[in-house]
Amino acid sequence: MFNEGRGAGLRLLAFVLLSLFFMFADHRGQYLRGVRDTLSIVIYPLQYAVNLPTRVGHWVSDNLQSRVELSARLEAARQRQLLVEARLEKFEQLKAENERLRALLHSSIKVAERVLVAELMAVDMDPYSRRIVLNKGRQHGVVSGQSLIDARGVMGQVIHAGPISSTALLVTDPNHAMPVQINRSGYRTVAVGSGVANQLTLSHVPNNADIQVGDLVTTSGLGRRFPAGYPVGRVRGIERDSSRPFARIVVTPSARLGRNREVLLLIPVESEPALKTPPVLESAS
Amino acid sequence: MTRFVRPGWWVIALSFAIAFFLTALPLPDWAQGWRPAWVGLVLVYWCMALPERIGLGLAWGVGLLLDVLGGTLLGQHALGLVLVAYITRKLHLRIRVLPLWQQAGGIFALVVGYQLLVLWINGALGTPVNAWACWSVALVSMLLWPWTFVVLRDVRRRYGVC
Repeated sequence: MFNEGRGAGLRLLAFVLLSLFFMFADHRGQYLRGVRDTLSIVIYPLQYAVNLPTRVGHWVSDNLQSRVELSARLEAARQRQLLVEARLEKFEQLKAENERLRALLHSSIKVAERVLVAELMAVDMDPYSRRIVLNKGRQHGVVSGQSLIDARGVMGQVIHAGPISSTALLVTDPNHAMPVQINRSGYRTVAVGSGVANQLTLSHVPNNADIQVGDLVTTSGLGRRFPAGYPVGRVRGIERDSSRPFARIVVTPSARLGRNREVLLLIPVESEPALKTPPVLESAS
Repeated sequence: MTRFVRPGWWVIALSFAIAFFLTALPLPDWAQGWRPAWVGLVLVYWCMALPERIGLGLAWGVGLLLDVLGGTLLGQHALGLVLVAYITRKLHLRIRVLPLWQQAGGIFALVVGYQLLVLWINGALGTPVNAWACWSVALVSMLLWPWTFVVLRDVRRRYGVC
């Protein structure tokens, strides 16, 4: 135990090289997916345990509400349901009309997306990035690259779908970028995460671009990762400095990042330019 | 691994599980930079107390699990923890006889090195890094070392892990 000098040094070198190899292989592609999958199953009970107090808290607060409070919430939900249904009636009609017009123009038909509901696990990940853990994995139909939304807007995308749980990258992560469009002017650009909670920046926008504070930013559908037309956020601030080539534009994401219990995973549909196929009238489930 | 599976192996496993638990426990945003390197602390303790049993292989495996837990690049924390384990094993006879507060100083240096390595890899990947977190993590780890040490020592003696 005391004279392990050379042997220990060699072992250290072996492990350092192995780590470097792992980092390289993990960064360059999906070579180590099996390793990550296996380890993610090992780690799952632990994440479940960390999440447990939060779940119990939700359960208790769900179960300890008074009758009056519950009926008030039910009433509010019923009213909202009515409102949404009324709006949806009109939407169905508009959708049919839109599909007819698109068919007339021989342009692609937008297929209704289907969704999968997943729950966020209250587990902290690496503090230098913005990632979350979902309680659904490949066995529930989650695939890597799937977009993640909530009721208000785009949250991010799945970067690793494990067998029983998956990891998603939030739009605010500094490594995340997505093609977007200004809803009012149709100006297309890229929204990059800033690493700061609740802040995105629009990159490489010239000073004279038609963007105003308060503009709605939506996904443009370019890049084929995110479907087009989902709200991303609103422009919070614009800094135009003529000495710099590009304007600095800050966007507040509309999704409630990190404050959700339930999120929606969009199930990707083939967006081939369907020229002559009949319109698909399947509604979102 | 055969050296690891000896009487009391579950105490070691449990201590690592608790360290992982504390690493994944949700904290508010402002406290993110102040979370001590729990897994590092527990690893240093076991490397110091049982160097013939806790080796580089275990440190590497634990680091790999930490990478999966944090969603970081596979091998990032594994590399850091292997180096931490190596240095601790090299110096364990000298660290053991030091008073607790001097040990804490050593822990500060170790955690700074470990965090710098992680930050350096993050930087190489193009992730903007918050260099202050490196110091705050090391500071909190240093302040918590005496407590961790005493708790783990008492547990080790009580369950006769040797």
